[in-house]
Amino acid sequence: MKLDNIYQEEKKSNFAKVSEIIITMASRPSGFIGLSILIFHVILAFISPYIAPYDFKAINPTLMLQAPSAEYWFGTDDLGRDVFTRTILGGRTALTITFFGSLIALLWGGLLGIFCGLVGGKTDDIVMRIVDAFLSIPWILAMLLIVSLLGTSTEVLIPALGFFYGKGIVRVARAATHDVIAKDFIVSARARGHSNFSIIWNEIIPNVRDAILVEGAMRWSWMLLGFSSLSFLGFGVSPPTPDWGLMISNARGLMSFAYWSVIAPIVGLSSLIIGINLTADAFAKALGIDRSTKAPV
Amino acid sequence: MTEIIQKVKNLSIGFKSKKGEEILILRNISTNIKKGETVGIVGESGSGKSTLALAMMGYVKHGLYTIGGECEFNSSNLLKMKNRDLEKIRGRKIAMIPQNAGQALTPNLKIGYQIDEALQLHSDLKEEEREQKISELLNKVRLPSPETIALRYPHELSGGQQQRVAVAMALAGTPDLLLLDEPTTGLDVTTQAHVLELLNFIAKDTGTSMVYVSHDLGAIAQVSDRIIVMYSGEIVLEGPSRDILKKPIHPYTYGLLKSIPKLSLAGLPQSMPGSQPQPGTMHRGCSFFDRCNFSEEKCKNNSPQLEYLEELKTSVRCFNYKSLMNDSQVNQTVNKIKMSFQDKEILNLSEVSISYAKQKLLDQVLNRISDDNPTVKDININIKKGETIALVGESGSGKSTILKSIAGLLRTKGGIIKFDQDRSLSSDLKERDPNDLRIIQLIFQNPDESLNPNHTVEEIIAQPLKLYFGLKGEELKKNIIDLLQKVRLGEFYMSRYPRQLSGGEKQRVAVARAFAAKPDIILCDEVTSALDVSVQAAVLNLLQQLKEDFGTTYIFVSHDLAVVRAISDRVAVLYQGRLCEVGPSKDVYQFPSHPYTEVLLGAVLEPDPDIKPKLVAEDIVEEKPPQKGCSFQGRCSRILGDICKNEVPPWQITNSGNSIRCHIPLKELQKDQIN
Ligand SMILES: Nc1ncnc2c1ncn2[C@@H]1O[C@H](COP(=O)(O)OP(=O)(O)O)[C@@H](O)[C@H]1O
Ligand code: SF4
Ligand code: SF4
Ligand SMILES: [Mg+2]
Repeated sequence: MKLDNIYQEEKKSNFAKVSEIIITMASRPSGFIGLSILIFHVILAFISPYIAPYDFKAINPTLMLQAPSAEYWFGTDDLGRDVFTRTILGGRTALTITFFGSLIALLWGGLLGIFCGLVGGKTDDIVMRIVDAFLSIPWILAMLLIVSLLGTSTEVLIPALGFFYGKGIVRVARAATHDVIAKDFIVSARARGHSNFSIIWNEIIPNVRDAILVEGAMRWSWMLLGFSSLSFLGFGVSPPTPDWGLMISNARGLMSFAYWSVIAPIVGLSSLIIGINLTADAFAKALGIDRSTKAPV
Repeated sequence: MTEIIQKVKNLSIGFKSKKGEEILILRNISTNIKKGETVGIVGESGSGKSTLALAMMGYVKHGLYTIGGECEFNSSNLLKMKNRDLEKIRGRKIAMIPQNAGQALTPNLKIGYQIDEALQLHSDLKEEEREQKISELLNKVRLPSPETIALRYPHELSGGQQQRVAVAMALAGTPDLLLLDEPTTGLDVTTQAHVLELLNFIAKDTGTSMVYVSHDLGAIAQVSDRIIVMYSGEIVLEGPSRDILKKPIHPYTYGLLKSIPKLSLAGLPQSMPGSQPQPGTMHRGCSFFDRCNFSEEKCKNNSPQLEYLEELKTSVRCFNYKSLMNDSQVNQTVNKIKMSFQDKEILNLSEVSISYAKQKLLDQVLNRISDDNPTVKDININIKKGETIALVGESGSGKSTILKSIAGLLRTKGGIIKFDQDRSLSSDLKERDPNDLRIIQLIFQNPDESLNPNHTVEEIIAQPLKLYFGLKGEELKKNIIDLLQKVRLGEFYMSRYPRQLSGGEKQRVAVARAFAAKPDIILCDEVTSALDVSVQAAVLNLLQQLKEDFGTTYIFVSHDLAVVRAISDRVAVLYQGRLCEVGPSKDVYQFPSHPYTEVLLGAVLEPDPDIKPKLVAEDIVEEKPPQKGCSFQGRCSRILGDICKNEVPPWQITNSGNSIRCHIPLKELQKDQIN
């Protein structure tokens, strides 16, 4: 609440600011749940190679489609691989690729948006048209094209995803910049004769940063869903690397009699998306930003 | 005894701070609103006046809650009522006109439609009757030709007309009580006077009780029968309007009235020190103690109670009111400003014209501006070193536009801007060298907008110091502290963010930032308009002091003629981007005047029930200056005919050196104005 700001005193260190934001986020039930899920997944991604009970690619025809048991907690898949092992490992690639993808989206989307908001006029119109035109191509088709031309390596996927998911960020950054630009403190800086760089860095970025970060966090969960869809279609992670999208795709024909092989990756994927989503939402609320974009799930 | 419409009893409203403390916004308010009376609630921002007005219609803002007390209307407590029951009262029995109500009209619906909606919601009229009623309402708020207005969209009306429509909508349910929250704030002086006059008429005509909330004692004085003065969430003075304004017996009201600039007095009024304590920071003693000129030892730790004085019909919250009773005629004293300017010319505008017209491609390619009827035209002013020249006029008259061009923020269409007699300044930033930029600094109207919310005071003031003088480290810090001292702020403000400062403090920081550049000229755009009355005088005094210390020249833009009177040496009156009158301050405020200056002077609201505004011209707003002839022809009540429509009037110079641009000879101009 605004009135409370009156009682805040003195400048805080960046560390203090960040921890205050995190505490505020966690003090809401939804934020707490979101943060816990996200942290759980991140930790899991780091430690899963060390705690995985079996080799994720060890095929064993004799153990095909075993129901969950004490030995194979989540059962086995159609090639006799341990579903638990593959599930705890299955988020690593997606998480890494989409994390860096989001960073790229943030970077180009944020910078281009700020630029457009700053220059305005014709240049802004033209750039936005181009961005719109580019992105009106169904992204999945474009991704398929890119992937089939350049392959599915990380070096291709990260920038490609980053590019496609930057659009929303361009819009948000542009709108936020537009709002700030009209303020007298920018006029004041201009009239003093500060360089454009100094105006962007000192006056604009501190005021649009929050909005852009929140949008970036939101885009992350969208991107995760998108990336998993790619894997599902066979254009993301290539076998035998475990990946939830791929696992769902492989096992979906077996759903009626081997539900376990598909439920575990679904739970993994959806919980991560929900976790990021809730976190982004709580992040926005903690920063006092009103978001209207809907979550992907 | 007249019937009481609304009874507020021991009302306290507050919120819980982050630390869980209960913080009071309203403290134990009790008052009665009688049938047919208009009560003015006055106080500075944060004093709780809007919260009180909202509570009177049973509404408590999100985040706040009622701690105790009640608002009784028709013998039921609105604050305990269910929403369903409240809906039946709101709009029908109690109507509210919020601030900027005019702008809150739905943009894509016709005026008539919106009034009809209000009628459907708040009255039991049948369809045929409603049609009749719409015209009636529009007539009542004195909108010309209701039939045409009803078919217009909000954006096709002027600000004053929109406000009238809002009043018409509020009257749709024939309410017994009308709450108005700053209904004229943000409107032009002339429009404001017209709207207030309308409200007075409606109060008389319909017998509706009104509660009029405003920070502006001038506006309150024109409408109220009774005045409630709020300070820091409490009523400090309540009584008949005339007594409160003429013989205020509370030190706050007394000081406030003394600090408001008056048209009749040149010079700076005395300022009130300090600022109102924020809610929750008050603990013991009188909340006005820090700023009070009458305080005693006991005020520090004891809170005075509201005391009702039968003989004056006034309630006052002060231990010491008796000492004010003896000498409380507000004898205003002002610090006469020294005319300190030199003969040397520092800035000269000659034949400056500025256009906002969208340029055709050809003109863009040729990098020229063509517009035969530009927003601003024929500006010739020559400004002396050390002088304060004011630009006055209604909003849209081009005041800010001219400042922008001087600052290099807006390209002129033509004309020359010269600095220091020989240096021509481009109106394009990119063509100015850093020193040209340094010599002219700006201070803006609203410090909330002109200070970056993410920068500390230190960072804000450091900017010009680093940019122009390359200061670093200890030296930078020393300079910042120095500047803060000059604007009377302590060193500890350095690490604060703008949101942690009060309005007056923020504006001081903006002043410090402007002076950091060691400029020759400072452009002040409505610098006191966003400030509370009690701090306005302090900022004006500060500006004057700094000017005397540094020999700075001010170009001071304001719509408030009393403020302009107080601080400026010379005044230029603008209408539709054209100069009407330029002259020494004392002469512009005397007759003969340009007919437009007369309108402006007549519309000024003084905090005195005996000085009524004179409404000389209609408050229509013109979209564009006329193609030819006098810029004021559309509204001039003394228009001579074709000559005014076709020929640009000549400059006439009075004996005292005042230039007036009108076709009427000076002698005749004066004749009617003296009456
Ligand atoms: N950016 C703009 N684009 C087009 N017209 C503008 C712009 N800014 C101001 N104007 C117009 O120029 C005129 C003068 O405006 P302004 O200088 O802001 O007046 P003032 O400061 O006296 O209120 C008005 O008619 C206004 O509508
Ligand atoms: S009680 Fe004391 S401090 Fe308060 S207004 Fe009266 S004289 Fe001033
Ligand atoms: S020139 Fe004519 S229209 Fe203009 S102010 Fe004088 S009398 Fe009025
Ligand atoms: Mg202006």
